[in-house]
Amino acid sequence: MKDVKELIFKRKKREKLFIVLSLFFITFALMSLLLLIVSILVDGYSVISIKFLTSYPSRKPEEAGILSALVGSVYVLVIMILFIVPIGIGAAIYLEEFAPKNTLTHFIEINIVNLAGVPSIIYGLLGLEIFVRFFGLGRSILAGSLTLSLLVLPSVIIATREAIKLVPYSIREASLALGATKWQTVRHQVLPVALPGILTGIILAVSRAIGETAPLITIGALTYIAFLPTTPLSPFTVLPIQIFNWISRPQKMFHKNAAGAIIILLFLTFMLNLTAIILRNYYKSKYRL
Amino acid sequence: MGKRIQEEIIKSIFFIFALISVFTTFGIIFVLLFETIQFFKEVSIIRFLTEKEWTPLFAVKKFGIWPLLSGTFLTSLIAILISFPMGLSIAIFVSEYMPFKLKAIIKPIIEILASIPTVVYGYFALLFVTPLLKKIIPSISGFNALSPGIVLGIMIIPTVASISEDSLSLIPRSLREASYALGATKLETVFKVVLPAASSGILSAVILGFSRAIGETMIVTIAAGQRPILTLNPLIPIETITAYIVQVSLGDTPTGSLEYKTIFAVGMVLFSITFTFNIISHNLRMKFIKSFKL
Repeated sequence: MKDVKELIFKRKKREKLFIVLSLFFITFALMSLLLLIVSILVDGYSVISIKFLTSYPSRKPEEAGILSALVGSVYVLVIMILFIVPIGIGAAIYLEEFAPKNTLTHFIEINIVNLAGVPSIIYGLLGLEIFVRFFGLGRSILAGSLTLSLLVLPSVIIATREAIKLVPYSIREASLALGATKWQTVRHQVLPVALPGILTGIILAVSRAIGETAPLITIGALTYIAFLPTTPLSPFTVLPIQIFNWISRPQKMFHKNAAGAIIILLFLTFMLNLTAIILRNYYKSKYRL
Repeated sequence: MGKRIQEEIIKSIFFIFALISVFTTFGIIFVLLFETIQFFKEVSIIRFLTEKEWTPLFAVKKFGIWPLLSGTFLTSLIAILISFPMGLSIAIFVSEYMPFKLKAIIKPIIEILASIPTVVYGYFALLFVTPLLKKIIPSISGFNALSPGIVLGIMIIPTVASISEDSLSLIPRSLREASYALGATKLETVFKVVLPAASSGILSAVILGFSRAIGETMIVTIAAGQRPILTLNPLIPIETITAYIVQVSLGDTPTGSLEYKTIFAVGMVLFSITFTFNIISHNLRMKFIKSFKL
């Protein structure tokens, strides 16, 4: 009898051991997140000022700022949004509402899933050859926006499809029964209901694009720009490339600038993600999905 | 009649939008193949596969891919060694032990972890983790494979954890209940019943995580150095495929030159590796899902 009790005790102890181990791992993951944020805040808070936001990069670290990088990022993202919204939503509507069930549709679907797993730097090589060289756009904002558009389109399409799928079928049937065409049904019934879900997908895509560095370096975005871009064909730099540039310098003061710019970048990324999470929760509770 | 024409036009436009994804895939394959073939016209594929040094930017040019491959695999291997045990135990804990309400808090945190730009992880690796490692291992170089490997591992924990958790949650309750009925504890049920049943789903998570680590660029570019050395020593500088592409892109390499073509040749290698791993991972997962969803 004593042996059995001991055995049970041993097995329960193992159980507790595992829970402790898991909690340790979760704490490790959360702690590294915390450490990352705290170490960056400590390194960078002192450089953040209006001057930091409104100055051009400089050879002197104390005078350098992120103006051209911030403006470059905004330009690239705005133009990217102009591409991904119609194309992403249109492609998703086609696949969900219009596409016949055939080999081609299946092929497109598999393609989109596969593209989502291609390393971002490969998109940089594609953009370099197609947009920069073949279409002659040069190392411009437009080439950057197009490259990032191709990079995030798969995730926009996947998110939009999910949102459209969640719209109850009865809504479509009611609209079709009243004599509306398929497109009228999609335009006036399905899209308004799916809108928060679609928006969530687009915001997440923007939040991913804002931090993308490698593909833009590959297409030849500059690392040092002391003027503001004027047209979509201007050369440009973006916030993460400016950060990378400062990290790669040996002087400690530039590392502080990098940390300061990271604070701005993380702030923007987290705000976008937070908006997306709130939007998604609202959407889910509204339609009880 | 007008309505029907409008309907057809809209449908066609959306069809073309959907085809853009196919064009993208073909574009990637075409561009990489085209430049790679140009490259192999100048440098024989035998040199690419047999030489042991990678020095296309030096006066004495050597074109052996192995140093870049070893660098890529070394950092990714370290990343998996970190993220597999952590990701899996987090997944087990979240799916089997954690109360539902806590899950709702943990998931957004994991999503935020996944949304941090990689250049930020690069900063963390070079200016936080490397100095920390230097205190523990004084002989470690300022640039090394270990520090970016660890940070890569932290970066892919969300991938490994969330896909593993999805796999665990697909295992039917009845299997667990049968195990409990035989007197097994929760932990014994997890390790002897649930995990073996979910093994192919978890394997797919690990392969996908590995593929992510292989394709990651900024962390290794910033913290691993730019010295292509054929080694498995994690304490000295190395160079990965992705870091090499960035190194060339930052310089003033004239388009059409041999150096320019090298980035497409190594890009082709990178694309083939990640593509293969992604397909294996995807197929494993689909097979796994099918076996449990009736």
